[in-house]
Amino acid sequence: MSATTESPVETHEVGYAEQGNMPLRPAKGSKLMGAAANYIDERTSVSGLVKEVGRKIFPDHWSFMLGEVALYSFVVILLSGTFLTFFFQPSMAEVTYNGSYVPLKGIDMSAAMQSALNISFEIRGGLLFRQIHHWAALLFIAAIGLHMLRIFFTGAFRKPREINWFIGFVLFILALAEGFTGYSLPDDLLSGNGLRIIDGMVKGIPVLGVWISYLLFGGEFPGTAIVSRLYSLHIMLLPALLIAMLGAHLLLLVINKHTQFSGPGKTNNNVVGVPVMPVFAAKAGGFFFIVFGVIVLIASLFTINPIWNYGPYDPSPVSAGTQPDWYIGFADGALRLAPPHWEVVWGGYTVSFNILVPIVVLMGLLATVAFYPFIEGWVTGDKREHHILDRPRNAPTRTAIGAALMTLYAALWAAASSDLMATHFKLSIDQVIHVMQFLTVVGPFIAFWITKRVCLGLQRKDREIALHGHESGRIVRLPGGEFIEVHTPLTEYERWTLVSYNEYEPLMVRPNERGVITPVERVRAAVSGFFFEDRISPVTKAEIEASHHDSHGAIDAGDSHH
Amino acid sequence: MADHDDETLAGSAVEKAEPQKISAGTAVIPADPFENPGEPQHHIRMTDKDPAEEKRAARQVSTLFFASIVFSCLAVAAYIAFPIKDGDTGSIRLNNLFLGLGIALGLLAIGIGAVHWSKAIMPAREITEQRHLTRGSDATRAKAVEVFELGNKESGFGRRSLIRNSLFGALFAFILPGVVIFRDLGPKVDPNVVLRHTLWKKGMHLTLDPSGTRIKAADVTLGSAFHVIPESLLDSEDLLEEKAKAAVLLMRLKPEDLHEPEGREDWQYNGIVAYSKICTHVGCPVALYEQQTHHLLCPCHQSTFDVTENCKVIFGPASRPLPQLPITVDDQGYLVAQSDFHEPVGPSFWERDRA
Repeated sequence: MSATTESPVETHEVGYAEQGNMPLRPAKGSKLMGAAANYIDERTSVSGLVKEVGRKIFPDHWSFMLGEVALYSFVVILLSGTFLTFFFQPSMAEVTYNGSYVPLKGIDMSAAMQSALNISFEIRGGLLFRQIHHWAALLFIAAIGLHMLRIFFTGAFRKPREINWFIGFVLFILALAEGFTGYSLPDDLLSGNGLRIIDGMVKGIPVLGVWISYLLFGGEFPGTAIVSRLYSLHIMLLPALLIAMLGAHLLLLVINKHTQFSGPGKTNNNVVGVPVMPVFAAKAGGFFFIVFGVIVLIASLFTINPIWNYGPYDPSPVSAGTQPDWYIGFADGALRLAPPHWEVVWGGYTVSFNILVPIVVLMGLLATVAFYPFIEGWVTGDKREHHILDRPRNAPTRTAIGAALMTLYAALWAAASSDLMATHFKLSIDQVIHVMQFLTVVGPFIAFWITKRVCLGLQRKDREIALHGHESGRIVRLPGGEFIEVHTPLTEYERWTLVSYNEYEPLMVRPNERGVITPVERVRAAVSGFFFEDRISPVTKAEIEASHHDSHGAIDAGDSHH
Repeated sequence: MADHDDETLAGSAVEKAEPQKISAGTAVIPADPFENPGEPQHHIRMTDKDPAEEKRAARQVSTLFFASIVFSCLAVAAYIAFPIKDGDTGSIRLNNLFLGLGIALGLLAIGIGAVHWSKAIMPAREITEQRHLTRGSDATRAKAVEVFELGNKESGFGRRSLIRNSLFGALFAFILPGVVIFRDLGPKVDPNVVLRHTLWKKGMHLTLDPSGTRIKAADVTLGSAFHVIPESLLDSEDLLEEKAKAAVLLMRLKPEDLHEPEGREDWQYNGIVAYSKICTHVGCPVALYEQQTHHLLCPCHQSTFDVTENCKVIFGPASRPLPQLPITVDDQGYLVAQSDFHEPVGPSFWERDRA
């Protein structure tokens, strides 16, 4: 649009007239809007962007809103957090509380704790905004988690979206870091204990641990520096990284276009859905206000993090049943599950396996999640772009791996409440921990096996329906005396959803061009076998035709075991 | 933006021209695939058929937006009508509730109105857009390569290895001050030294947490437990840091229940024993004492220590027994420490067992 030059008549239409369309032609009663749009476009060439993005198509499915929930709660976090910064003092200077909350009057605490109490008890709407901020943060992380599960189980991470999956994973880690740093700021008893646990974990790191803790806390724990340092990270560095990553995440979403579920009319080469302007914009914009409204509603009805009940941090007291915020639970639970005496002294140096092993397990879990798309892509060798989502049952091994990872996560997470389970259900803590240890080690394998069997069973059921139609419940007696149940045939549309999915076979190891079978290829073949050995092939046209001739055709015909 | 059209066109040309180049890996390509039946018939809404319905929907949307205005005004009114009264937690609750409800309903009405607008009135027909391969067209990629090659040629980046390698060196070295500068995040003293010492020393009185009153041995009855701090703690500059190391639990058991290891028989006084309260796992306070079993339980990760067995770990993730503080009484019968702890308290660390 830089070609637009000043000329006496109709300057603003020159550029568009040449292209044969005039998107900014003023409509009735919107002369001012037209002039404003022209003003901006002549200085930004924004019309190109509007033309490009304005009618972009977004497919519709309820599960696609999970990422939106995360995005909108992040906006709510930014808004409410900014309000809180106007009042919060990130300082550990000691003060004597003299505010309006009577039970804490006269008690020594940090300025941070005092200002957090003042936000809650002196400022109108302060408590509301604190609770909005906290609830929105919890919703943010929960929505990210569910969004990741949706992406994983539908295979939306496949080419070309592997990098965006990884960016999303980084966003998840940043969100956890934001959660933890924010949780620590009020300097109350619970958050101080959380930091104490971090300090203890960091000290368990070989060689550098003590130094990292010492530098982090500005001396010995708890020191007087940690709150202001975490504050810098919480309100500046981490949000900046989050926003940058979020920008990249959304940019790639626009470039790759959204995936869609398989269905009639939907192909790998198209997107079927509603355009950004106006339908998607109205839906998504409205949805932002709904998410915002629900968060505020929760914040006005339910208390979260009542720091005034906990009191200021003191290294000596702690209440029974201490719990981290739920999203840190899996890390805390991992620490609880280490058996006694896992510490050794080697050559005079102390190695704390009771801390290192949980850390390694957590890192392993997170690394598997982060790199899964690359692993699956390497196993299948499939370099095609995939824009049609898998139904989870149609990728049984992936779905089973997902279930196994979820079980591991759930076992670790539940272990963080081991003491509460013991007291609520009148069990001994030893029993609860031993059950959790068992579930952590064996649970993922059980979940894997069950999930895979269920997926294969569902696929068989799909085959049966695709071949023979739905059971009508109507029993008919044939002239020969035979009883049969009448099946209602599927429509073409119903059948398409059942038969159109990707199938992979196990990799056959073959020598490469130099006539050797590399060890890497052997590993790949083994993993490929693990993935695709048990599989149910989609129904073929020939099978459908055969089933028309013989209504008792073998249902398990496609059930091939190599 | 101007040449975007060319790119996308070229992209689809590539897609058509070279599909066989993209490997499908071990995917099974069906020989005789099903035909995609195409989009099913579009579902017509009531608002599409009946103008009265459409009008009703439009009225509902604008009613919701008007309601939102009302709720937002009510929120402002609630801000004024429910002030916070000093020391009255009930007033805070009311302020929180009504301000929050006003804002929430104002937001929800906008949201529901907008979604209703889009679903009931805006066109519901789905639109199909074509996708293109994500990779740039061959022409674009060739151009990109050319740009890089030209940049390389004009700068001599590949050819002038001395310039290039010295630049890499400089770029590495310039990070170093940025790493070193973090040294002073912590004080100059070696943490491995500091972590070995607490406020306890010979003759230091054991006092109650948090009042700081001295404890007479005679007052410690059988089965009781006290949270203890060193007497000098309350005057300490670094109160929390010192307390995080020096906090102690004091318990009295029957002397015959205690199985003290050799050399520590005189660390107790008449069955009164003092152990560090800081868990040897990750440092939570081991605050729960089970009087009947003489077990100490950490509420954070459930490490359990047996007081009768010198606080050895009997359950949970901790590895080491809680360090014992040797105690005795002064000439007036008040409990005092015999010395500092004989080992570092709290979580283990790399150089913990170095002399």
